[in-house]
Amino acid sequence: MSVTQAEVLAGVKDIVVEVAGIDPTTIEMEKRFNEDLEVDSLSMVEVIVAAEEKFGVKIPDEEVTKMTTVADAVNFIVAAAK
Amino acid sequence: MSKTRVVVTGLGATTPLGGDVPSTWDALLAGKSGVRTLTEEWAIDASVQFAARVAVEPSEVMERVEMRRLDRSEQFALIASREAWKDAGSPEVDKTRLGVVIASGIGGVITLLDQYDILRTKGARSVSPHTVPMLMPNGPSANVGLELQAKAGVHTPVSACASGAEAIGYAMEMIRSGRADIVVTGGVEAAIHALPMAGFASMKALSTRNDAPSKASRPYDRDRDGFVLGEGGGVIVIESLEHAQKRGAKIYAELAGQGLTSDGYHIAAPDPEGSGVARAVQFALNDSGVDLSEIVHLNAHATSTPAGDVAEAHALGAALGEHISHVAVSATKSMTGHLLGGAGAIESIFCILALHHRMAPPTINIENLDESVTIDVVRDQPRPLPAGPIAALNDSFGFGGHNVVLIFKSYE
Repeated sequence: MSVTQAEVLAGVKDIVVEVAGIDPTTIEMEKRFNEDLEVDSLSMVEVIVAAEEKFGVKIPDEEVTKMTTVADAVNFIVAAAK
Repeated sequence: MSKTRVVVTGLGATTPLGGDVPSTWDALLAGKSGVRTLTEEWAIDASVQFAARVAVEPSEVMERVEMRRLDRSEQFALIASREAWKDAGSPEVDKTRLGVVIASGIGGVITLLDQYDILRTKGARSVSPHTVPMLMPNGPSANVGLELQAKAGVHTPVSACASGAEAIGYAMEMIRSGRADIVVTGGVEAAIHALPMAGFASMKALSTRNDAPSKASRPYDRDRDGFVLGEGGGVIVIESLEHAQKRGAKIYAELAGQGLTSDGYHIAAPDPEGSGVARAVQFALNDSGVDLSEIVHLNAHATSTPAGDVAEAHALGAALGEHISHVAVSATKSMTGHLLGGAGAIESIFCILALHHRMAPPTINIENLDESVTIDVVRDQPRPLPAGPIAALNDSFGFGGHNVVLIFKSYE
C-alpha cells in the first residue's frame, strides 16, 4: 500500500493531537517532537505504536531514536509503506 | 523541647458527595448518601452492584490529554491538591521547604488491570508507556509534587485504609523535624473496578444490600452487613504556625498530634480487645498535649462492618473512659462510603471543618442502634459543638492491623 507524504502528515497530526493535545495547526514537518510539540520520550512511544497501527508499518526502535522532527517520522513511514 | 506547632491552611477534596470541599460539606451536613447502583456491565451480575463514585467526574474539570497520562487516583490527587493549594492562597514558597505526602491504599489498580487486558488482547507492544508511572502507589504524591515543584521530599506511606491518616501524620512530622515549612498532604483511592470489588466481596467485607444502595452504609446499625466501597480523595495544606503567620494565611485549625500502633493480631480482622486502638488514642493525646476534656468530637472509622464498628466503639470507650459520653461521634462513611486510602484524609477534613464551623456532621441510616454501642453517636441531624478551645479526634484502621489517630484543635 502506497501513501503520500500529505496523507501521512495528516495521520501523524491526528495522532499527535490525540497524544499531546496541542493545536493541530502548529504541527508542521520541521517541528521537533520533544522541544516543539511536548511529545516526550514516553509519549513518543504512544505516537509510534499508533502510527504503526494506522499505516500498517513496523518502526524499529533504532529508527525511533533517530526521529527528531515530524518530517523524520513522516518520511520513514512513507518509505516503509511502499 | 516544645514541638513546632502545625496548622491547617488549605482544604481540597473530590468525593462521592461533591467535586470540592464546600459542596461535600453541604451534602454531609444535609445527610445525603453518595452511594449509587453501578451502571458498568461488569457490575450487572456481580454480588455487589453498587458503590460510591465521585460526584464530579475528573473529565469535567481536567483536560483529556492530562487525564490519559494519569491513573484515576492521580487525577483525584491533582484535583484535590489544586483546590487545597488555591484555598491556601497559592503561596509563593521556597520549593526546597515544600513537601508532599499523599497516600493511596491500593495504588493504580485500574491502570494495572486495564493494561493487563490490553497485553492479553493486543500484545505487549500496545501496553502504554505510561503504565508504570500510572500504577505506582506513589504516583498521586509524585504528580502533585511535580506540579508544585516540591523539593523537600515527596512521600507515600501505605497502610491500607489508614494510609490517608498516616500520610497527614507523616507530613506533620516533616514540619516538626524541620525538614519542611509547608506540606501538601492527604489520601486518595480509585478502586471501583470488578477485581478489587470481587476481592472485598470474597472476604465478605462488602455490604450486599443491592436493593437499597443508599441505605447500605449504616455504621452502628443493628443490621449493618459490610462496608460500601467509595472513591475520591482529600488533600490539606499544613504548615508551621510561624510560616502561616508570616504570610498572613487563613488558619482553619491546628494539627495537634498523632498516635500510631499496630495490632499484631490478624491480617484483616480487628483485634476484639481493641488495645492497639486504645494505645494509639493515648499516644495521640500525649503527643498533642490536648487535655481530654477538650475532645468534643470524634470522626470514627466505623465502616459499617459487623465486627469492626463494635470493636472500635469499645476501644474508644476504653481509651477515653468516662469522657466518651461527652464526645459527639460521627460516622461519615454512612454518606461517603469507604474511600480506603482516601478515608483518613477526607475524614480529617471533616474534623477540621467541624472545629472551624463548630458543627458535627450527622451519621445516617441508623434505624436500630446496635445495643452494644454505648458511645454518643450524632444521628440524622448535625449537632452544634461548644464554644471555647475544642479538639476533635480522627481514627483510622487498615488491613494489616494499622492504627492511626490524629488530633485536631480549634485555632483561636
